Order: sequence, then C-alpha cells, then structure tokens
Amino acid sequence: MTDKSGMTDMATEMSAGDQAVGRSRRLRTAFAALGMLPVLILLAAGFQIMNPRFLTETNLLIVTQQSSINIVLAAGMTFVILTGGIDLSVGSILAASAMVAVIVSLVPEWGMLGVPAAILVGLGFGVINGLLVAYIKLPPFIVTLGSLTAVRGVARLLGQDTTVFNSDLPFDFIGNGSLFGIPWLVIIALSVVVLSWLVLKRTVLGTWIYAVGGNAEAARLTGIKVPLVLLFVYGVSGLLAGLGGAMSAARLYAANGLQLGQSYELDAIAAVILGGTSFVGGVGSIWGTLIGGLIIAVLSNGLILAGVSDIWQYIIKGLVIIVAVALDRYRLQAGART
Amino acid sequence: MTAAARIETVRQPVLEMRHISKTFGPIRALQDVSLTVHAGELHALMGENGAGKSTLMKVLSGAYRPDPGGDILIDGAPVATGDPIKARANGIAVIYQELSLAPNLTVAQNIFLGNEPRRFGVVDRDQCNRRAKENIARLGVSFSARALVSSLSLGERQLVEIARALSTSARIIVMDEPTTSLTSRETDRLFEVIATLKAQGIAIIYISHRMEEVYQLADRVSVLRDSGYVGTLERADLNASRLVSMMVGRDLSAFYKKDHRPPDSKRAIALSARDMSDGNLLKGCSFVLHKGEVLALAGLVGSGRTELARLIFGADRRTAGTLELDGKPISIGSPREALDAGIAYLTEDRKELGLFLDMSISDNISMGVLARDAQAGGLRDFATAARRAAKAVSDLSIRTRSVQANAGSLSGGNQQKVLLARLLETEPRVLILDEPTRGVDVGAKSEIYRLIDDLAKKGIAILMISSELPEVIGVADRVLVMRDGTIAGEVTASERQPLSQEAIMELATGAAKE
Repeated sequence: MTDKSGMTDMATEMSAGDQAVGRSRRLRTAFAALGMLPVLILLAAGFQIMNPRFLTETNLLIVTQQSSINIVLAAGMTFVILTGGIDLSVGSILAASAMVAVIVSLVPEWGMLGVPAAILVGLGFGVINGLLVAYIKLPPFIVTLGSLTAVRGVARLLGQDTTVFNSDLPFDFIGNGSLFGIPWLVIIALSVVVLSWLVLKRTVLGTWIYAVGGNAEAARLTGIKVPLVLLFVYGVSGLLAGLGGAMSAARLYAANGLQLGQSYELDAIAAVILGGTSFVGGVGSIWGTLIGGLIIAVLSNGLILAGVSDIWQYIIKGLVIIVAVALDRYRLQAGART
Repeated sequence: MTAAARIETVRQPVLEMRHISKTFGPIRALQDVSLTVHAGELHALMGENGAGKSTLMKVLSGAYRPDPGGDILIDGAPVATGDPIKARANGIAVIYQELSLAPNLTVAQNIFLGNEPRRFGVVDRDQCNRRAKENIARLGVSFSARALVSSLSLGERQLVEIARALSTSARIIVMDEPTTSLTSRETDRLFEVIATLKAQGIAIIYISHRMEEVYQLADRVSVLRDSGYVGTLERADLNASRLVSMMVGRDLSAFYKKDHRPPDSKRAIALSARDMSDGNLLKGCSFVLHKGEVLALAGLVGSGRTELARLIFGADRRTAGTLELDGKPISIGSPREALDAGIAYLTEDRKELGLFLDMSISDNISMGVLARDAQAGGLRDFATAARRAAKAVSDLSIRTRSVQANAGSLSGGNQQKVLLARLLETEPRVLILDEPTRGVDVGAKSEIYRLIDDLAKKGIAILMISSELPEVIGVADRVLVMRDGTIAGEVTASERQPLSQEAIMELATGAAKE
C-alpha cells in the first residue's frame, strides 16, 4: 500500500517497520476475507466425495453462473453493510428492473435499451432509499423494509401482475452466452467485484465509506459529508440490483413481478456476512463477499447433486450459515488481542 | 494520617499479585509485576498511558489470564485466574472509566442486575429496593433507589457502580480514573465515600493521572513503567519529583510551556463570536480570540463550554449568533464549512467522536484532507498519506511501530496526538481544543503543551477548554469563564499579577456575584 519511492527521509527509518506491519495488516485482511475459503474448499471436497460429477467443468460453470446474480447483489450489499446499514429491498428492485428490461426489450429497434433501463430503474429506487436514510434520517432497516414491499408492488404493476416474455431478447447473450468459454454472467459478476474493490480500497470515497461505518459522528466532525456517502452506497446497491434484474431477465427471457427475486436479499446478506464483513460496519472486504456468495451457490448445487430434498436443503443451508459465522467469530476472538 | 502507620503493622495482605506477566503474541504488555494490597488501604497505581495499569487490572478482574508463573493470592490463598465470574466471587470489583450501567433501568435494578433477589421465582422488587437502599446508605449518600439511572449525574452514576460492587460483597474495588468526568463537588463526595469504604476495611486500587488526588488519598503508591514494575512508595515518602521521575524515567522541569508573548490589545483579532445561542443551554455568548493567543475556556462541567465550541465549529445548529473570521463575517452550517474556513475542533471524546479505531494511523491522520490529496478520478494518493503520517509521527513523537497499525492499538496519549495531527493537516487558523490532555499521561501532556505553544507562536489562534486549573493557568494567556451557558467573565494576567485559580473558581461557581 505504501509507495516507498514517494516517502521522505523521515519516513525511511520507519519504512521497514511500516512494511512489516503493512504486510501483516494485508495478511490479516486477507485472512479475514479468506477466513471462509477453507469452508468453501471443504464443502467442495465433501460434495465431490458424495457425487464425482460435482467437480466437473460443466458443473463448476453452472455453480458460478448460478452464484453470479447473488454476487452482484451482495457486492452492493457490502457497500451498504460497511456503513452499518442494510438494504432489504434488493430482491424487489431486481424484480422491478427485470420487468422493465423485458418490457423495453419488446420495443422494436430499441430493444438493447432494456439493459440500461433496468440499471437506471434500480439506481432510481436505490437513490430513493438513500435519500430517506441520509437526509430524512430514517433507520435503514425501516426504509428498505418499506421499499421491499412497495417496489414489489411496482414490479407487479409493471406487468399487470402477469409474466412478460420476449423469446427474441436482444441481450440474451448476457444470460446465456459466453466469451472465450466464460459465461457473460460470470464475467459481469467478477467485473462488479473488481470494480467494487477498486472503489472501496483505492478511492477517497471508499475510505469515507469505511470511516462512516466505523464512526459516523467522527466522520461528520472530520468534514466528511456523511449523507452523500450514504446516498452513494444505497444508490450503488440499487444500481447493482438493477443490473441483477437485467441479468436475470436475460437468462430467463422473461420476468414475473410476483415471483422473481423473492428473498434474494437474504442470500445477498448471507454472502456478505459469510464473507466476514461486520454487521455494525467499518470492517470487511469485497473478496470475502465473493467467497461467501460462492459458498451459498456450492451448497445449493451440491445438495441438489447429492439428492437432498428441497426441504432439507433449506434446513442445511441455514445451519451452515450459522455454524460458519460462529466458527469465524470464535477464530477472530481467539486471534484478537487487547 | 494514621493509615501509613497502620500498614506497617504486619498482617496478611488481602491481595497479592505475584510475578504477573502477560504477552499478546510478540507484544509484552506486562513483565513480572507484583502488587500487594492490604485491607482498608487505598493503593494508588500510577504510570503513563500504556505502562500496563489497565492490563494488570484486567488480569485481576479475570478478563485476561496471566502467563504461566504468575499467581493471584487472596487472603494468602491462590485463586483461579482468567475467570471474571470467580474473580467477582472472590470479592474483586472493577469500576471502569466507561460506566456500564443501563440508563433505562432504576438504580436498584442496576445494582442487582444479573443478581436479582428472588421470591417464588420472580424478582422480589421490594427486597431489591430495600437492599439497594441499604447499599446506598452504606456510602453515606442520598438518592432514591427507584430513580432512573438516566436521571442521575455522572458522579451519581459512579456511586451506583460502587453500590453495585458492595452488593456483591466486594472487598477489593478497582477505580480507573474515577474523577475524570466529575465536577469538583462530585469529586469531594466520591472522596468521602472512599473514606467510608476504607473504614469498612475495603481495599481500593486507585488508578489516576492526577497528582493532587493521589497525594490526598493514597496510603501507598505503586508505579508501572513500560510494562514493568518500578517501585512502591509509602505515603510518608511521597514526593512529586520522585513520583514523576519514577513514572517517566526523565526530568520534567519545564512542564508547562508558555514562550509565546501574551497578546497586546493591538494584536489582530482572529475570531469574533457574538451572541452565540443554541436555543437550549447557551444564551448569547460573545468573545474575541486573537491571533497567536491561547485563550482558555474554563468553567464547571455542564456550564456549556463544549456546547459553545461545537456551535462555533458548526457541529450543532445555532439559533442565534454571528461569527467573524479575520474581520469578515462567515456563515458556518457544518463541520465541513468550518474546516474549509480554517477552524478545527479537537473533540473531548476521542474514542466516540474522534478516531476511527479500526483504521490505520495513516488513514486517521489524512482523513480530513483525503479529497484535497486525491489523484484524478478520486483515487487515493497513498504516498502523500504515508508522507503526512510519517511527518506527523516524527513531529508529534507519536509512539507506534508503524503508521499502518490500527489507531485502536495506541495508548491514550498517542491517540490524542493522532487526532491533533489530523486537525493540523487541515492547516487551521483557529484551533479549538476540548480537554486536549484528558486521559493522557504526563509525558504526552508536556508534549501537547509544547505543541500548543509552538502553534500559538506560529500565529494560530487557540481556544482551549480545560477542567484542570493548573493547566489553564500554565498554558493560557487569558481565561474566559463560563457559567450556566453564559460567559461569566474574563480573567487576565498583568505584569504584577499572574492568572489566579481563585479568580477563575469564583467566576465559575458564581461566588463572585454573591
């Protein structure tokens, strides 16, 4: 992180220590993020033993593809949770955006505009959430609980409560095509993760996000415009939910305002928490979220391959989330000092 | 005092901590520290921040388990270590700086929290209130056991904590900087309570940075330095220079520093505030602050000093009042605007309102100027941040292994310096310091005084809030005294007459009027 060449003489005596601590700090963040990596590997190994079809190229592509939409939502959720907030509305926003994507795709000649339209709709809802949280100062849980319901209604309204189809979707390559053998869904999800990392760790705004989550009042007294930061994170979450809507529509050639995206917010939150991001804000990383999202996808896919019934899948998934986070807490406490 | 004589009589100490060491990974927080405490004794524990006092007390309370080889003996018998519940059962109670009461419950409910007297399986409220009353009465103070804790002052809350300790039959009570946020009247009452406790045979381990208190209260003083035990002084041997040199290991001849010249009336006015009001406590406060001047804002706790500072800084909304900076009217509606105008504010509560404890020292120092440093596209300029941090670490002698370490890993004095460094990076013309040396050890205190002096010499106007009168007298050129949300008066020094503590106290308490 430190650019040695740019440091002055005064710094040189410190730089050895800095590097050591900088390294151990990076190592620690890496461990925090990778804390769940062993769980992911263990799960994968376990499923491989149960069913050798698990670790095949085809199946791994399916897993990553299935996880991609959740990872996109979870990336946005990471921004929000880092500020100590929560966004319960992403599933509903995804549904509304997917409806818009399909409806716009039906416009002759202009069908490609379905994608930006979905993203803009998502951004719009996210900004409304953000305005209510940042400027009216309502609790994030309440605001997004309200929009969870209201936006779901909007999604149903958009299609008169029916499913909208477009078998000739102009942007269906997003959902079903690939580039050099890698599905577009996966490419998009990874790009979102890398971009999020760039914003969080390399920009001033990213540092502000961590600062607001770590100590909002101190951030205000330091001159950080806290409401703008909050507006940004809810905007990002909404925008990524909109992108998720486009991805979902592209995959299904259809959208249904009632069913699409139901309880997606819970999977996204689970991915963030599995990734080691603190629920009170200020601590966490996007790489952890990526691993958290993969764990959830591996779990769903592996349980299906293992022939576990749908009902038991729910029970096992829930338990794994609780146990994994409990283990993580235990590990962090054991390693913590002072 | 007969206490000193009492101790000399040979008897079983109530508490012995023997050869306590504690390491956290590569860091040695305590090294072979031993401490012996007798019943009915007030044993003061002194040392700079980071010397190991808190760690030692956490070992005592069971929060930490000492490294093998260390023992804790109560009444001469070894007890289990590293177990908070057993420690409490053994009669050890710790009253922390940050109080741990539930403000929404009554005094009685707090005293018996987790230990409620029961009848037929439900909480016996009558017994609860009655026994709470007895415990409060033991302290010789009077407030209702049924009062909500939120309605009590900080000092009273502390007494509730002590009553709670008594309810668990504590015989050894640890008090960690108990007077930090108390008014002088509350402090006096606490001292009375301490005398009552001692008379009842309770041993008190008293952690404090304040020399005066230790002189007044202590039967013996043990000093820690750099995680190790330095020595113990009997009351008869107490003497300031000896104590200070034990604590810091160096001479502190010029403790306060006031080299800059007091301003003459011709000196330019940096900040002028008129009729500042917040519609609540503050009622029309006006004052002027000159360039290169250190103006102290004195007054009792609750007189409105912090509120006035926050109003000037734009942290709270004002209902009336105007500000002029360098003769030009300015309008400040938020901390951002204040910082942009050149006004910086050091909060009195660095943990809650100042630092980002989970972030690096470097990030903490640069936090106020990130946008100014940013590269194209809003990207962080890590090289500049590292340079700023390295310079601050060397200028302010912040003791840390690295600027990449978390701010939370620093001791109080060094945290305060990090916060000061952040303010100085914004290049303020007016610097408001709210209790700049609170919870800071002696060494860091004198460094902060030197810094204030240097800044004033550079022409920065400094408004310093302080509750420690010796500090006010030692550092300030001029003193404003607040009382009940107004400026009660001003105390100035002349050639013949230096600033006087009595004059300040008279204004602060309203004694001058009557």
